[in-house]
Amino acid sequence: MSILIIAEHDNTELKSATLNVVSAAQKIGEEIDLLIAGLDCRSVAEEATSLEGISKVLLADKPAYENFLAENVGSLVAQMGKDYSHILAPATTNGKNYLPRAAALLDVSQISDVSSVVSEDTFERPIYAGNCIATVQSKDPIKVLTIRTTGFDACGETGGQASIEEVSINEDLEISKFIKEELAESDRPELTAADVVISGGRGMQNGENFSLLEGIADKLGAAIGASRAAVDSGFVPNDMQVGQTGKIVAPNLYIAVGISGAIQHLAGMKDSKVIVAINKDEEAPIFQVADYGLVADLFEALPELENKI
Amino acid sequence: MLYSAVIEYALNLCLYYKGIIFMKVLVPIKRVVDYNVKVRAKSDESGVDLANVKMAINPFCEIAVEEAVRLQEEGKASEVIAVSIGTEASQEQLRTALALGADKAILVQTEVEVEPLGVAKLLKAVVEKENPDLIILGKQAIDDDANQTGQMLAALLNYPQGTFASEIELKDGGIEVTREVDGGLQTVSLSLPAIVTTDLRLNEPRYASLPNIMKAKKKPLDVITTEDLNVDVMPRLNTLKVSPPPERASGVIVETVDELVDKLKNEAKVIT
Ligand SMILES: Cc1cc2nc3c(=O)[nH]c(=O)nc-3n(C[C@H](O)[C@H](O)[C@H](O)COP(=O)(O)OP(=O)(O)OC[C@H]3O[C@@H](n4cnc5c(N)ncnc54)[C@H](O)[C@@H]3O)c2cc1C
Ligand SMILES: Nc1ncnc2c1ncn2[C@@H]1O[C@H](COP(=O)(O)O)[C@@H](O)[C@H]1O
Repeated sequence: MSILIIAEHDNTELKSATLNVVSAAQKIGEEIDLLIAGLDCRSVAEEATSLEGISKVLLADKPAYENFLAENVGSLVAQMGKDYSHILAPATTNGKNYLPRAAALLDVSQISDVSSVVSEDTFERPIYAGNCIATVQSKDPIKVLTIRTTGFDACGETGGQASIEEVSINEDLEISKFIKEELAESDRPELTAADVVISGGRGMQNGENFSLLEGIADKLGAAIGASRAAVDSGFVPNDMQVGQTGKIVAPNLYIAVGISGAIQHLAGMKDSKVIVAINKDEEAPIFQVADYGLVADLFEALPELENKI
Repeated sequence: MLYSAVIEYALNLCLYYKGIIFMKVLVPIKRVVDYNVKVRAKSDESGVDLANVKMAINPFCEIAVEEAVRLQEEGKASEVIAVSIGTEASQEQLRTALALGADKAILVQTEVEVEPLGVAKLLKAVVEKENPDLIILGKQAIDDDANQTGQMLAALLNYPQGTFASEIELKDGGIEVTREVDGGLQTVSLSLPAIVTTDLRLNEPRYASLPNIMKAKKKPLDVITTEDLNVDVMPRLNTLKVSPPPERASGVIVETVDELVDKLKNEAKVIT
C-alpha cells in the first residue's frame, strides 16, 4: 500500500484541507507521499516536510503548474500516480478539477467526496445531497479519491521529517491558458475551516444587510456564508455559498439566518455540531435540523444578539 | 425581423469561413430524480428508493442546454445535439431538451447504471462520430453527486476544460471561461474543441413552451446501444450498501435572544 496525496496550496502556503486528507490517508496505510505541484513553491514543500505521517515530499516546482491548470496537473498526477495504490486530493474546486482527469488517464474510476474510510478498498460517501450514505468498494488497481475535509480531523503539523525529492516533469499541454483570478479578500477565517459560521439567506433582503452578520462574526471569530438564493440575488459572491453544490462546512456552531433550509442547503451544513436557526416562519424546514430555533424577525434579533454575546 | 436574421446569418458565415465561430455543440444530459424530492435509502439498505419518484433533467444539464441554445440564438452555434446515456425512459428528458431548443437527440440505451468513467467513454465515442466544437455538460449530477464526467471526457479526448462555468465567451477562435472556484472567480482561455461544465450562475433556463413541446415530438431522436459504440461500461465500483445519514437529535425552540445566548453559553458551550 502506498498513497500519493496531492497538496492544496497557493504557491505560498499549504491550505488546511491538505491536513484533513493526510488524516484520511493515515486510515488507509502508512506509506504516504505528498506531491506539491506549483511554481516558486519550495517554501510550501519545506513547510510540508514536518507534517505528521509523510514519508516523502515530491516537489514539481515548474512553470507548467503555476496556476494549477487541470490539463497540466491532471497529466502530472497520472504520471506520478501510476505506481501508487491510492491517490488522494481534497474535494475542493481545485481537486475536483484535476483529479477526475488523472483518474480517466489511468483508466480507473474516482470515488468523490469520501467522508469515511471503511477499509483500504471500501469507502463511504454521501449521495443525493447527503440524503443517503453509500458504502462503495473499488475493484480498480488504483483507488482515486477526493476527500471531504469535514469527515476527517486535521493531521499534526509538527514532528514529521520527510525528505524533499524533485520531480523533473514540466509538461505544458498548451491547450489552456490562465487569464486571471478575482479572489475574495477577507480577514475572516476560511469558511470550510472556521469554528463558527454564520450564514445569511434570501431573508437578508440585500447585500448591505449582511453587515448585520458581520458584527456578530467579528465577536465570534466566525466565517460568513450564504444560501444559493443570497448568491444568485447578488447579495454576496459565489465563494460564500454553502450547500450540495457549494461549500461543505461542519463547524462547532452554525447560525442560519433568513434561510429556509432546502435539502441542497442542508447538504452543506447539517454535520455541524450545533445548529442555530433564526427565521420568522416557524414552519421553515431549517428548524427540523436546528438544535436551537428562534422564531423572530432577523432585523430585530441580529442587533440584539450582537449586543448580548 | 427576417431581414436582420439574413444579415446575421451572412455575417456568421463570414466569421465561419474566417474560422471563428459557427460551432456544433454537444450537450450530454442525465435523467435524475427531481431536485425537490427528498430521497430515502431502502429499508434493507440495498439502494435508494426510487419507486414512483418524479424524474427530471439534471438541473445543471438544463443550464447546459440553455447555454447551447443561447449560443445558437446568438448565431454562434450551428447545431445543438443533446445526448443521454440511460434506459429508454431517458427519451423523456431528451424530448425536453429538444423542446428547449436542441436540434436533435441521441439516446445511448443501456440497462446498466453506467459510472462516470463509462459515461465519459461512451461520450468520447459519440464525439468521434459527431465532431462537435464545444461540449457543455453539467458540473455534477444531483443523484451521484460525482462531479467527474466532464473532466474525464476532457482527459480521454485530450481537450481543455472549463469547469464550474459562470460565464463563457467566444474569443479569438477559442473560448474564455469564468469559473466559480473556492476563492472567488477564475478565468481561463481554452482552445477549441473544448469542454465546459456549468455552474448555477451561468444562466437561468427557460421553460419549454407548448408549441415547442409539440415541435420537439417531430425532431430526430436516434437510439443506439453501448455495443454500437463498442465501449466497455462494466462498473468498477461495487455499492455494498446505501444507508440513511446519521439523524440529528431534535432541537428546541427558544423564546428570546437572551435564552438563545444562555443556551449557547451554558448548555452547548459553543460560545464564551
Ligand atoms: C441543482 C441545485 C443546486 C442547489 N445548490 C444549493 C446550494 O449549494 N446551497 C444552497 O443554499 N441552495 C442550493 N440550491 C437552492 C435551494 O434549493 C434553495 O432554493 C435555496 O437554498 C433557498 O435559499 P434561502 O433559504 O436563502 O431562500 P428562501 O427559500 O427564499 O428562504 C428565505 C427564508 O428567509 C426567511 N425570512 C424572510 N424574511 C425574514 C426576516 N425578516 N426575518 C427572519 N427570517 C426571514 C423566510 O421565512 C424564508 O424561510 C440548489 C438548487 C438546485 C436546483
Ligand atoms: N448518463 C448520462 N448521460 C448523459 N450525460 C451524463 C450522464 N451522466 C453524467 N452526464 C453528464 O455529466 C455531468 C456530470 O455528471 P457526474 O459526473 O455524474 O456528476 C452531468 O451533468 C451530465 O452533463
